[in-house]
Amino acid sequence: MEWQPVIGLEVHAQLATQSKIFSGAATAYGAAPNVQACGVDLGLPGVLPVLNAQAVELAVRFGLAIDAEIAPCSVFARKNYFYPDLPKGYQISQYEHPIVGCGHLRITLDERELDIGITRAHLEEDAGKSVHGVVSGRTGIDLNRAGTPLLEIVSEPVMHSAREAVAYMRELHRLVRHLGICDGNMQEGSFRCDANVSLRPAGSDTLGTRTEIKNLNSFRFVERAIEFEIERQRDILEDGGKVVQETRLYDPDKDETRTMRTKEDAHDYRYFPDPDLLPVSVSADDLARIRATLPELPAARIARYVDDYGLGREDAALLVNEPAVAAFFEASLGPLEVPAKAVANWITGEVFGALNRAGLAVDDIPITPAMLNQLVARIGDGTVSGKGAKTVFQAMWSEGGLPDDIIEAQGLKQVSDSGAIDAIVDEVIAANPAQVQDYLAGKEKILGYLVGQAMKASKGKANPAAVSALLVDKLKGD
Amino acid sequence: MSESFPRGVAELSAGLAAGDFSSVELTRHYLARIANHDAAVNAYITVCGERALAQAAAADARRAAGTAGALTGIPYAHKDIFCTRGVRTSCASRMLDNFVAPYDAHVTECLDRAGLVMLGKTNMDEFAMGSSNESSYYGRTCNPWDPGRVPGGSSGGSAAAVAAGLAPLATGTDTGGSIRQPAALCGISGLKPTYGRVSRFGMIAFASSLDQGGPMARSAADLALMLNVMAGFDARDSTSVERPDEDFTAPLANGVDGLRIGIPREYFGAELDPRVGDTVHAALAELERRGARLSEISLASAPLAIPAYYVIAPAECSSNLSRFDGVRYGYRCADPTDLTDLYERSRSEGFGAEVKRRILVGTYALSSGYYDAYYRKAQQVRRLIKEDFARAFDTVDLIAGPTTPAPAFAAGTHVDDPVTMYLSDVYTTAVNLAGLPALSVPAGFLDGLPVGLQLIGNYFDEGRLLATGHALQQVSDAHRAVPPAFA
Amino acid sequence: MSISAVDVRAIARLARLSIAESDIPVYAGQLSSILDFVAQMNAVDTAGVEPLAHPLELSARLRADTVTETDRRTELQAGAPETADGLYLVPQVIE
Repeated sequence: MEWQPVIGLEVHAQLATQSKIFSGAATAYGAAPNVQACGVDLGLPGVLPVLNAQAVELAVRFGLAIDAEIAPCSVFARKNYFYPDLPKGYQISQYEHPIVGCGHLRITLDERELDIGITRAHLEEDAGKSVHGVVSGRTGIDLNRAGTPLLEIVSEPVMHSAREAVAYMRELHRLVRHLGICDGNMQEGSFRCDANVSLRPAGSDTLGTRTEIKNLNSFRFVERAIEFEIERQRDILEDGGKVVQETRLYDPDKDETRTMRTKEDAHDYRYFPDPDLLPVSVSADDLARIRATLPELPAARIARYVDDYGLGREDAALLVNEPAVAAFFEASLGPLEVPAKAVANWITGEVFGALNRAGLAVDDIPITPAMLNQLVARIGDGTVSGKGAKTVFQAMWSEGGLPDDIIEAQGLKQVSDSGAIDAIVDEVIAANPAQVQDYLAGKEKILGYLVGQAMKASKGKANPAAVSALLVDKLKGD
Repeated sequence: MSESFPRGVAELSAGLAAGDFSSVELTRHYLARIANHDAAVNAYITVCGERALAQAAAADARRAAGTAGALTGIPYAHKDIFCTRGVRTSCASRMLDNFVAPYDAHVTECLDRAGLVMLGKTNMDEFAMGSSNESSYYGRTCNPWDPGRVPGGSSGGSAAAVAAGLAPLATGTDTGGSIRQPAALCGISGLKPTYGRVSRFGMIAFASSLDQGGPMARSAADLALMLNVMAGFDARDSTSVERPDEDFTAPLANGVDGLRIGIPREYFGAELDPRVGDTVHAALAELERRGARLSEISLASAPLAIPAYYVIAPAECSSNLSRFDGVRYGYRCADPTDLTDLYERSRSEGFGAEVKRRILVGTYALSSGYYDAYYRKAQQVRRLIKEDFARAFDTVDLIAGPTTPAPAFAAGTHVDDPVTMYLSDVYTTAVNLAGLPALSVPAGFLDGLPVGLQLIGNYFDEGRLLATGHALQQVSDAHRAVPPAFA
Repeated sequence: MSISAVDVRAIARLARLSIAESDIPVYAGQLSSILDFVAQMNAVDTAGVEPLAHPLELSARLRADTVTETDRRTELQAGAPETADGLYLVPQVIE
C-alpha cells in the first residue's frame, strides 16, 4: 500500500531576553550550576512570578510576522506534573488562550512555494536540566535554565516528508533570527523541536496514530529522525501491526528512534489558569507600535535580492539565512559602487570559507563591510587582479587594514599602464620567436602561454586583460 | 497583665512616645508573658527573644533619633506563614520544620521598616488549611477563653496570642475566613483586606486567588494602625493593586450616621445557633442607635459559597503544594530508593492528614474528565457570588451578619468529619471568592465564649469597615474583655 | 458521587502521595462526602456564566526585562537535602 506521512512540528524557540520570563535572574548560557536560579526559579515557598514585558513583545513580534491573530487577552495556565527539573511541580504555560493564534509561513522546497499553517504559538517557561554522572547513583539538577522564556510554535500537521519538515524548520529559524527574537543557537538548545509523525493510506483524510519524537536539536537530526520514524511506522503497518501512540527519543549515534522510558501512569496535566498571574492584554496601540518595529522579513528580503540585485535564489537565501550576513552584504554594497553579485560571491565563497576554517560565527567576521566593498571595487577597476585580491583578502582577514593600503604595501597593484606593459610585451615577443610563429600559424591557444610569460615578467602586477589585448594587437598588427 | 502596660496599641504607642516605658521594657514584658503563659495556649511555634530585644533596642534608638513612627517599638506576633529571613518559617508543617527562609515576605519587610518588634512566629493550621488550629504539626492551640475549645483557624495562634495578651498585635492570613473566624472565636478584631491590598510575596501560598494577609488586634482602631503598615503596592506580586497610600485611622471618627447596612437573610439560616443570631442583632441594634440604617437583603448564591470554595481552594492548593517535593529544601524522607519513592514518601511523611485530603480533592477536581464538573463549575458559581455582592452594594454601604454559626467548639469534635468542619466557614468564604474586605469584631459573649460580628465592605472600603467597627467599640465593651486565665 | 479505592490510588499517584492501604477506605469515604457536599453547586444553572478566575478582573502588570537577581547559590542551597558541585541531587533518573 502507498502510505502518506503526516508531520507536524512543535518548535521551541528560546526568546532573547536578558532575564527570565517570571523572574529577574539572568538567562545567559553556560553559567556554573544553579548560580542563575533565584528563589522564583527554585520554587521557594511564597515567591511569586511576574511576567517579563519583553517576552510578550517578542512573542507578538513573531505573531505579526506570520500574519497571525494576536490575542487581545491571553492567559497563563499551570501544567501540573512532577519531575526534578520542574521545581514548582508545574510548568507555567499557555493552554486555552495562547498569545499567538493561527498564522502561516511560506517555505520553498524544490523550487515550489508552500504555505505551512501554524496553529498557535504560546509563551511558557523552560525547565531545568538533569546532569548525570557527577555523583554515582544520583542525578544532579541544574535550574539555571528553569524559567527561561520559550515560544512554542505549533505547526499544523500538514507536512509530508522529512525534507519538507526541515525546510519549514529552516525557514522558521531564519525568521526568528531575523526578528531578533531568538539567537537560534541549536547546540545550546535555543531552537529545538518535537516532531509528530504518523502515516495514513495515500488518499485518506483521517490521521493515523502518531508518535512524538522529542527534543531534536539539529536540522540533520530532524531529517534523520523523521525518516527513520516513517520507515519504522511503515514496516509496522505493512506487517499489519498498529503504531503505538508514544513519545520517542532520537539517538543520533545509532541513527534510530526509541521509546522513552514510559511513565506508569497516563499524563493528566490538570491544566488550570495560574492564579498568581493575571490575563495578559495586548492593545491595538501595542500592536501598531510593535508592527512599526518589525524588520523586513526574510522572504521579502530574498525576493528583493533576486529582483534588485540579480542574485540567484539560492545565493540570496544563503545570505538571508543569517541576519548578520545579510546586513554585512548590504553594508558592503557601498560606498563605492560595486556589482552586488560579485559582493555576494565573495561572501558566500571567501568569507564563508574563512569563517569555516577559523571556526568563527558570522557575528565574528573580522573584516568590515567597507573593506570588502573596497576590495571588490578594486577588482572592478582593475587595480588588483583576482589572484592579487585573494592575497589582499587573506591579509585583511588576519591583519586588518584597508585593501588600498594592503595593495600598496604588498605591491599588488596591477600594471594597466600601457607604457610599462608595452615594454614587457615587446620583450616577450622578442624572447619567444617560436611561440610567436606558432600563434601566427593559427595556434591561438599559445596566446595564454605568452600572457603568462608577460605576467611572470611583470611579477604578476600586469593586468592580464591589458597584456592579452596588447599582445594580440602587436602580433596581428605586425 | 502587669499594671504598668496598657493593652491597646494606641495607648502603647502613646506610652512609648511619652517615654513612660521603652520598647525593650515592653518587649521584655511580652516575652515574660509568653514564657509564663504560652505553655497553656501554644500560640507560638517559635519565640524570637534575642532577636526581638535587638529589634526593640533599635526601635528605642530610632525613637531617640526622632524618626519613630506610630508603631515603632510595638511588639507583634507573626503568623508562621510569612517568610522571615533567618528565622524558621514552618507553616506549621513537618514539611518545613527545617526551613529557614532566605528572604523576607513583603509584609515582614513592611513591619520591619515601621520598626515593629517580632516576638515570634505563631501557630496555625498546617499550610493554613483548617478552621480549628488542630492540624498543626506543633500541636493544637488552645482557646484562651476555654482551653478545651479551639481558637479557630487557620490564624488561631495569632488570635489566641492577642486574646491572651501574649502580643498586642498579630498578622494573619485569610483564605476562607482564617483571620475572621479565629478573631471571632477568640474575641478579638480581625480584618481581611480587599484581595490585592496586602502583598502576597513571601506569604506561603495556600490558594493564591483567595489568600490575603491582614491585621489582628484587640480593636478596630488598632487594626487601622497595623493596616497602615501592612498595606501597599508590591511589584513582586502580580496581583498587588497599585493605589495611592491611605491612612486608615483617618475615617475612624466618621461614625455610622446614615450608614446603610444590609443584613442578608441567608446568613441567619438553620445552621446558625439562634443565640449567636441574637447577640449579633443586639450589636447591630447598637449601630442602629448610632444612626445606621438596617435593612434586610438577599445574597441568593451565598449557600453555594462553601461548595465552590471547597473546590477552588483545594484545586489551587494541590498545585501550590507540588513544590514541596523533598528536592531543594524542606523535608526529605530517609533513604529514598528511587525518584518516585523520594516524592511519595517525602510528601506523605511531610504533610498531615488535612493537607493530604485537600491535595487529593483538588487533584481530583482538576483531573481530566472532572475539570468542567468541579473546577469550571465552581468558577462559574464564583462569578454569581461576586455579582450577588455587586447588586447588594448598589443599595447598601456595608453587609453585616455573624462571623461564625456558633462559638468556639470543643477540640477534637470535627477532626474526622471534614465536611462539618468546613461548615464553620459558612459565612466567611464568599468574601474570599469575591475578593472583598471584611472585618470581624466582638459582638458579645455566650456562656463565656466570644461571638463575632462580621462586616463586609465593598472593594477597597476598609476605611468604612474600620470606622463601623470603631463606632461599635465606642459603645460596646466586648472587645475589652480579657480571658480570666490571662488577666 | 462515590470515590472508590481505585480512584483514591489513582489520584494519590497523580499527587505523588503514598497512602497506606489501611487508610484508603478512610480517604475514599471522606473524599466521597466532600464531593457529595460540593455537588450542591449543581443546583444552580450556570449555563453561559463566564468562569471567574480572579476576584479582581484586572490585566497583568509586566516587569521590565532587567536582571535584578544575583548569585545566592550558597545561601539558597544551605537548607537543601542533598547537593554536590552546586547541583541538587535526587536518586538517579533514567530517561
